[in-house]
Amino acid sequence: MQVQYLGAFTVILEVLSRFWPVWIALIIVMGASFAYKKKLALYGQLFDSGVGIVGVGICLFWLFTAIFASTISPFDPLAQVPVMKDALPGAIEPQSGLVYLFGGDKLARDVFSRMVYGSQIVLIIAPAATGFALMVGITLGLPAGYYGGKIDTVLSFLANLVLAFPVILLFYLLVTPGIMDTPIPYALAGVFFLFPIIFFSVLFWTRFKNRPDRIYILLGLTLILGGWIYVGLVFDRDPLKIVHIDPNQLNIFVAVVFASSPGVFRIVRGLTMDIKTRDYVAAAQTRGESPWYIMLWEILPNARGPLIVDACLRIGYTTILLGTLGYFGLGLAPESPDWGTAIKDASRLLRSFIHPALPPTIALMSFVLGLNLLADSLREQSMKD
Amino acid sequence: MLSFVLRRLGTMALTMLCLTLVVFFLINLEPNLKKLAISQTEMHTSAEQLEGWLAGHGYRQNFFVRYGQWLGVLPKQPVTDPTTGKPAQRFSFCNDPIVPTFSGVFEGDFGCSTKFKTTVASKLFPALGATGILMFCVLAVMVPVSLLIGILAGMREGSRTDRVLSVASIASTATPEYVSGVIFTVIFASWLGWLNGSAASASQGITFYNFTLPVMTLAIYGIGYIARMTRASMVEVMTQQYIRTARLKGLSFKGVVVKHALRNALIAPFTVIMLQFPWLLTGVVIVEVMFRYQGFGYTLVEAAGNNDIDLLLGCSLVSVFIVLITQLISDVGYAFLNPRIRVQ
Repeated sequence: MQVQYLGAFTVILEVLSRFWPVWIALIIVMGASFAYKKKLALYGQLFDSGVGIVGVGICLFWLFTAIFASTISPFDPLAQVPVMKDALPGAIEPQSGLVYLFGGDKLARDVFSRMVYGSQIVLIIAPAATGFALMVGITLGLPAGYYGGKIDTVLSFLANLVLAFPVILLFYLLVTPGIMDTPIPYALAGVFFLFPIIFFSVLFWTRFKNRPDRIYILLGLTLILGGWIYVGLVFDRDPLKIVHIDPNQLNIFVAVVFASSPGVFRIVRGLTMDIKTRDYVAAAQTRGESPWYIMLWEILPNARGPLIVDACLRIGYTTILLGTLGYFGLGLAPESPDWGTAIKDASRLLRSFIHPALPPTIALMSFVLGLNLLADSLREQSMKD
Repeated sequence: MLSFVLRRLGTMALTMLCLTLVVFFLINLEPNLKKLAISQTEMHTSAEQLEGWLAGHGYRQNFFVRYGQWLGVLPKQPVTDPTTGKPAQRFSFCNDPIVPTFSGVFEGDFGCSTKFKTTVASKLFPALGATGILMFCVLAVMVPVSLLIGILAGMREGSRTDRVLSVASIASTATPEYVSGVIFTVIFASWLGWLNGSAASASQGITFYNFTLPVMTLAIYGIGYIARMTRASMVEVMTQQYIRTARLKGLSFKGVVVKHALRNALIAPFTVIMLQFPWLLTGVVIVEVMFRYQGFGYTLVEAAGNNDIDLLLGCSLVSVFIVLITQLISDVGYAFLNPRIRVQ
């Protein structure tokens, strides 16, 4: 069977038109943000600089791509069409008449669809893992910086211990198929996923402990929601069967949180040590507020600027880490469409075919670049105040 | 100062002890030992034979005893030959002793590599030498380029040069080694054909043709970060009083930058460059695997993939040592360079 090809110009047009839900969503969101930017505080200020607009645009582009992945991609990312093996970009699949826009890889899968579906994996794991790392880092960094002394010494030593590990060695030790037979990943998950519950419980308790009408609702919600997700993620025993995570994804998740929380810890600790000397902290201490109230409601809100910037950079860094994991074939399934795995598969065949390598590399690079630009312009805006 | 360094060295030793214990624990998990036994025996071995291999090679001794043996605080016991009942060598290819001897890390014996069938020292140190050459080339490219970019950008904050260079350095920090490696290979090896996409021949002799791509790939990720730090430091220095005084004295802009600003602006990047080493270590692994260069990173991946216990321990010891010693050098060096800082 002879495979027909589209011209380069048609391919570009076709790619742009396949992203139609993304363009519509982008226009709506960017337009609305631009119109109401005066009322949107820090987020609105991003639209004052070109760098900020580009950063927000790229991040939103990948966010919407992940959301609308099933509409955008013409093929199933795992489906193999034998005739399309190593097909060049623009090849028309004879049966359905649809186009392999970026060609086919060595297993005859559509590179374009795989790139689009790959964004889903990255955009779920990277922000979520960063969120957990933030929770762990904040919950441990605040007391270390505020109390100092023994707690600080012990926690800092542990953080430095993890930071002294080269990331790649850590992954080779923590993300292996063998380790899934041992309770280690589940134990680590059990510890890490406890932190958000502790964090929010303490947060609400310190603020509303004298207001029974609020405290019971908030604490109850935290414990029920947190407990439900906790049971679903750690033990995979969600009674409603909604929260579920694959064992190897849990393993990756835990390893990434483990590798990036000491960094957050160090930043939070440093910020806390700086902020605790301010007058408003002294005022709160004189009022007789509890230490945890001061940490969570006086210090933390004033440390938010650097933390938001760091979170943006950290999501990018986590994306790079996920790519590294995929590149070494650790954790993710070998047929998984994530960008790192795709780069690994394609880079081995660079001598014969280059087209399967470029889409995932450019996708990963542009997403991290978007996050970095976003972080940079956030930093600039927060410095202006 | 001396007591500061001594205390830091003490913490360092403790950290290394803890980390090697953790690594030792993780690679001696039951599934990993099974994997090792399967790879070391012939195909289709029964579970009893695997168990027999593990016991026969001393892997069934107490965990802490074995850790002590590896450290060199407990004597390494020879194994007993099941057929003759006499003491025998654990691994014949490493010349293991037949009588109990203290030979661990403290005595300079890093153990025996089961994957490469030789002693760890004879595998690890040549690999480190190869990586040392790579690292040297990378630093020789990365440091001058990034400092130059940072200084040019920070010299006049907000100018067109500044904005262009800043965006370029942000872009370079967004390109991890496996991305830039692929892109550079596509451009320089596949399209232009100027450079070799593999550095496998670099073990015999390093040429511009086979060594440029790995060096470029490794350098590009660090350049952006160091350049941004240099820029921030330069911007800060340029707003200082003494710069304005020098300008008002009538010195030319060039003279102010070269004579007054540069030296003060280069203190902070020194720390950043030293702290780049842990990142470079990860980059080295990726680049060496990607370009098939037989160095430390390649050895680490082989050791980890085959669960080569002693070799992996040796690798982690080396990498942790590099990370900690560069931290120490950066702290001490910072205090020397900046007289305003005094370490307690």
